[in-house]
Amino acid sequence: MAKKIKAKKNGQKKSPLKKTSSSQFDSLLQLIRMTSTIIPDDVQRVILKALEAEEKNTTAAYAMDIIKANMELAQKKSQPLCQDTGTVLFYINHPKNFDQMAFTKNVEKAIVAATKKGYLRQNSVSSLTGENSGVNLGPGHPSIHYHQHKKEMVEVRLMLKGGGCENVSAQYSLPDVTLEAGRDLKGVRKVIFDAILKAQGKGCGPGVLGVCIGGDRAHSHAHAKEQLLRFLDDKSPLSDLAKLEEEVVMTANKLGIGPMGFGGKTTLLGCKIDHLNRLPASFFVSISYMCWAFRRQGIVLGKKDEIKKWLY
Amino acid sequence: MKRINYPFTQEAIRELKVGDNVLITGKLFTGRDAVHKYLHEGNKSPVNLKNQIIYHCGPVTLKDKLGKWRVTAAGPTTSIREEPYQWEVIRDHGIVGVIGKGGMGKKTLDACKEYGCVYFHAVGGAAQVLAEKIKSVDGLFLENLGLPEAIWELTVEDFPVVVTMDSHGRSLHDEVFKVSEEALKKLL
Repeated sequence: MAKKIKAKKNGQKKSPLKKTSSSQFDSLLQLIRMTSTIIPDDVQRVILKALEAEEKNTTAAYAMDIIKANMELAQKKSQPLCQDTGTVLFYINHPKNFDQMAFTKNVEKAIVAATKKGYLRQNSVSSLTGENSGVNLGPGHPSIHYHQHKKEMVEVRLMLKGGGCENVSAQYSLPDVTLEAGRDLKGVRKVIFDAILKAQGKGCGPGVLGVCIGGDRAHSHAHAKEQLLRFLDDKSPLSDLAKLEEEVVMTANKLGIGPMGFGGKTTLLGCKIDHLNRLPASFFVSISYMCWAFRRQGIVLGKKDEIKKWLY
Repeated sequence: MKRINYPFTQEAIRELKVGDNVLITGKLFTGRDAVHKYLHEGNKSPVNLKNQIIYHCGPVTLKDKLGKWRVTAAGPTTSIREEPYQWEVIRDHGIVGVIGKGGMGKKTLDACKEYGCVYFHAVGGAAQVLAEKIKSVDGLFLENLGLPEAIWELTVEDFPVVVTMDSHGRSLHDEVFKVSEEALKKLL
């Protein structure tokens, strides 16, 4: 059943772990395994650059060395990079006449199977009783976002976002008197740095920020998180935001927080910012912090629901 | 690089200083949110924690066909959530080490000084490197709390950590926070 496929991503090396699959369920299970165990190439590149940047024989370099070893080991053993396999977030772009309900069932089946195989930890707990469902299903779990597009193909993106980095994510309402942050990009910049300062190493830095300016509270947070689906070397098409994205990373890396908050040169690996319209009365800025163990992957499904292409 | 080996002692713990890279060999007991709440509520610990190290970790565990447990991923979880309880666990149960990530607050730092305990920072997210250091799973307690929340008794070899809060009142986390806060004031 499992055959190797040819590398399709810009002539990059093919991974022996990327195998073809024979059904929607198989493809989704593969996607979960790959996402949980392998850091996507664009993120790996930036992490390895950050490792080079740290001074030798420092605690920061020591942490980065362990991070590198961990990426290699997780891939080799096909075991979770991090024991917190996170909130399971699916983003699906599909053509018209796509059966969302049938797809959701297969997603759930794949999650249960992935939990049994240890690609996912038993990570879904009742907020009322504290009971662990044991299979990663329950109210709100998984989180599935469907979006219809004009293309004929089905794209499935998956992000596994751990609790540590979710806990240091933040939302601000501008103006913020304490931070002296007004309703403009200067104010936005101030609250972003406040979030970085407060996060220190608690979100497992060096991290990546997804930021949304505007929207209502819920949409703002969701959109901030969706920025993390962008490639790490991607720039906002809006020049003001592109500038801010770059400047935030540069300045954050002068703060000396460093990997794990041990002190050091790399505090942020990236920052992706977008905006939504707001009401005249509201001005929210939402910041979604992603840890270095940045688990996201995606697939394009072929006609027989096989994995046709890997997206990252 | 320093080493501490089981059985752990107060004396060995007192010698550790902020910034020390340490390899731990011996026994660890995992315990995170539910365990700390359980102990805080006055319940008796199912294991004697005197002179032991507690590891803030909810591992990924699999049971093989013979019913034997295996830990397949075991990085640290964020420690600050245990800040309300940790000092009490140090005082009442006599633990000499806490492993976690992100650091803890003043209550814990004070307890480390008063009762002789140290905070070890493991690299967050490094679940494979750390799971490899686990040589055996020796016990499972409070399984009813859910597998990630239960107490797992583990034997580890050369488990890599960094001392970020010592028993002399120093905290790397406080120091880095102050430095970064000052730097930010200048850059904003």
